[in-house]
Amino acid sequence: MSVMEQDSAGAPARASLLNDPKVRGIFYQVVLIAVLIFVGYNIVLNTAANLERQNIASGWGFLENTAGFGIIQSLVPYSETSSYGQALFVGFLNTLLVAIVGIFFATIIGFVVGIARLSNNWVISRLAYCYVELVRNVPLLLQIFFWYFAVLRAVPGKREKWSFFFDSFHLNIAGLRGPKPIWEDGSYLIAVALLIAIVASFVISRWAHKRQDATGQQFPVFWTALGLIIGLPLITYFVTGMPMHLEHPVFVDTGPRIRQGFELNVGFNLIPEFLALTAALAIYTAAFIAEIVRAGIQAVSHGQTEASHALGLRQGPTLRLVIIPQAMRVIIPPLTSQYLNLTKNSSLAVAIAFPDLVSVGGTVLNQTGQAIEIIGIWMAIYLTLSLVTSAFMNWYNQRMALVER
Amino acid sequence: MSNKILPLVLGAAMGAAATAAGATTLEDVKAKGHIQCGVSQGLPGFSNPDAQGNWTGLDVDVCRAMAAAVFGDASAVKFTPLSAKERFTALQSGEVDVLSRNTTWTMSRDTQLGLNFAGVNYYDGQGFMVRKDLGVTSALELSGASVCTNTGTTTELNVADYFRANNMPYEIVAFEKADEVVAAYDAGRCDVYTTDASGLYAQRLKLTNPGDHMVLPEIISKEPLGPVVRQGDDEWFNIAKWTLNAMINAEEMGVTSSNVDEMKSSDNPSVKRLLGVEGAFGEGIGLSNDWAYNIIKNVGNYEEAFNANVGPDTPLGISRGVNALWSNGGFLYAPPVR
Repeated sequence: MSVMEQDSAGAPARASLLNDPKVRGIFYQVVLIAVLIFVGYNIVLNTAANLERQNIASGWGFLENTAGFGIIQSLVPYSETSSYGQALFVGFLNTLLVAIVGIFFATIIGFVVGIARLSNNWVISRLAYCYVELVRNVPLLLQIFFWYFAVLRAVPGKREKWSFFFDSFHLNIAGLRGPKPIWEDGSYLIAVALLIAIVASFVISRWAHKRQDATGQQFPVFWTALGLIIGLPLITYFVTGMPMHLEHPVFVDTGPRIRQGFELNVGFNLIPEFLALTAALAIYTAAFIAEIVRAGIQAVSHGQTEASHALGLRQGPTLRLVIIPQAMRVIIPPLTSQYLNLTKNSSLAVAIAFPDLVSVGGTVLNQTGQAIEIIGIWMAIYLTLSLVTSAFMNWYNQRMALVER
Repeated sequence: MSNKILPLVLGAAMGAAATAAGATTLEDVKAKGHIQCGVSQGLPGFSNPDAQGNWTGLDVDVCRAMAAAVFGDASAVKFTPLSAKERFTALQSGEVDVLSRNTTWTMSRDTQLGLNFAGVNYYDGQGFMVRKDLGVTSALELSGASVCTNTGTTTELNVADYFRANNMPYEIVAFEKADEVVAAYDAGRCDVYTTDASGLYAQRLKLTNPGDHMVLPEIISKEPLGPVVRQGDDEWFNIAKWTLNAMINAEEMGVTSSNVDEMKSSDNPSVKRLLGVEGAFGEGIGLSNDWAYNIIKNVGNYEEAFNANVGPDTPLGISRGVNALWSNGGFLYAPPVR
């Protein structure tokens, strides 16, 4: 009320604009933004002028020029006549591949080791402890070199091999080879069957939950889903007349020595660079994940276990239904950081010739000299990958978060 | 337009560094008292540090000669080891004043990267090295081979062209650092190691058993290697160019580091002009008139540099071949000082 009275009296009590904290606040913010815009604008102008003066090409046109160099591993068709843009895309997919495979294995190893550290078995918990302390205290680059150069020398040379799994997989210095599925006409039905199986599993799982809530009866969801996901595509495969065959790698051990060894581009090959990088990333990150998992489980008070046992739940369901869901709330946020770390650390691939985004981008940069554009692409892609990972993990975190009723 | 903003912003730091330089490279170099020279990370014979950290090599001698020309002191030079990938950015951004790093002169590098090649100090070509026990005698037998090389080099492109032109499948394993290429090749990851022929001879020395490896006879490309400077500074470009020319001219005239003082009193007008006894050629490139004398006195002529670093009496044992003077049937031909 007092404010209105002052206003009606012609605002005599208002202080000078200079002393008004609100006006001052706005003033400083405007000044700050103006300075930032001015600095940014000058940087842009300055760079443009410098590039012009030094006669360095700029712009995005180079992405369509012919790359001219080969890339050892590509998930999409690529040849020397492809463009720089395609080369960068190949690099991007390779980065993505390493990140996804690395995260998958890091998570599995991390959870196993993390739980092992809490084991009552002295040997197992000590082994897990040694693993964590050894691995997380050695720089990642050295570990990549270890896997690449030390392990590379231990496996057979190009003209020999180790075979396993009924002679269908082979390991030598040129990589891990195995049979490659060749899809023929009609094989898309198998993919459709797989999709249907996955959707059906979801539906069954929801139905089983509802039924259990209503009647208390349980349904073997896991086994049903497993049967569906494996069985349905398999049945489709036979019904459609087996529209897929395996292409086995061809090992030549006669003729001139240079031609001996596995034939290029026959069968499926994981190059040693990929194996070494993924192994190093997964094992390194797993050590951190193990600690996160241990911390998460220990954060759940022992009373929860006791209460669960008192309700008559066995050890398995106690862990699955009581401990893990609560531990996940502690685990997920730091786990996200580890996933991001792994993705970004994959750029160390350049040290061992794995053609990831940074490696291929570096070659393109060197060929075209367009440093600013390439570095811009690098930053934009890593930023996007990280933000997408974070967004997914945040969504998952929200699902797992404590729902207050 | 908007797609141009991002790269420009990202290049801010680079741009700022380049404007800060402002003055010409020569003024800059004089002010700091030394030349910053970009070299390889260790290529015996061309640029290689010894146990004490002293750099030697044919490429190193070009930088030392430039220092001698500018300061009269061949030791007024500091070296920055650069990978093949880093080298051009380092030069463009002003981190180094001259790049003398077995760098191939190509059109795109000369015209699109803002660089100037100051000449050729070694005519090279790309070759292949293989294990002797493979029984290969020609590069045309390399179908299906895996090939180790460096990223960011012309080598990577040449090998792609060569295998494609001869319709041979291959697998390329490209590392960033030369040492890792050597290690991977040595471990048997690749059948073939390819780089410039001079590099093959140099890197072979680093292998466990150099005698088990051979360089194939095919040379599949032209690799004129030479010192590089930034575009837009003609004075500095001239200094780089004429330092190299002075070394070659000195060899042609028979002026060496040991006889250069006597040669000062030579009757030959070409020698007199080169050594600054007659004329004022140093002024034309912003230096003192005894610039070439200083080069020869402190570093030597081209022949001396070649023989000391890569010649037949060194572990590399490379003969002059096409790198002989034009008068001896080689390619080396420097414009006259007059």
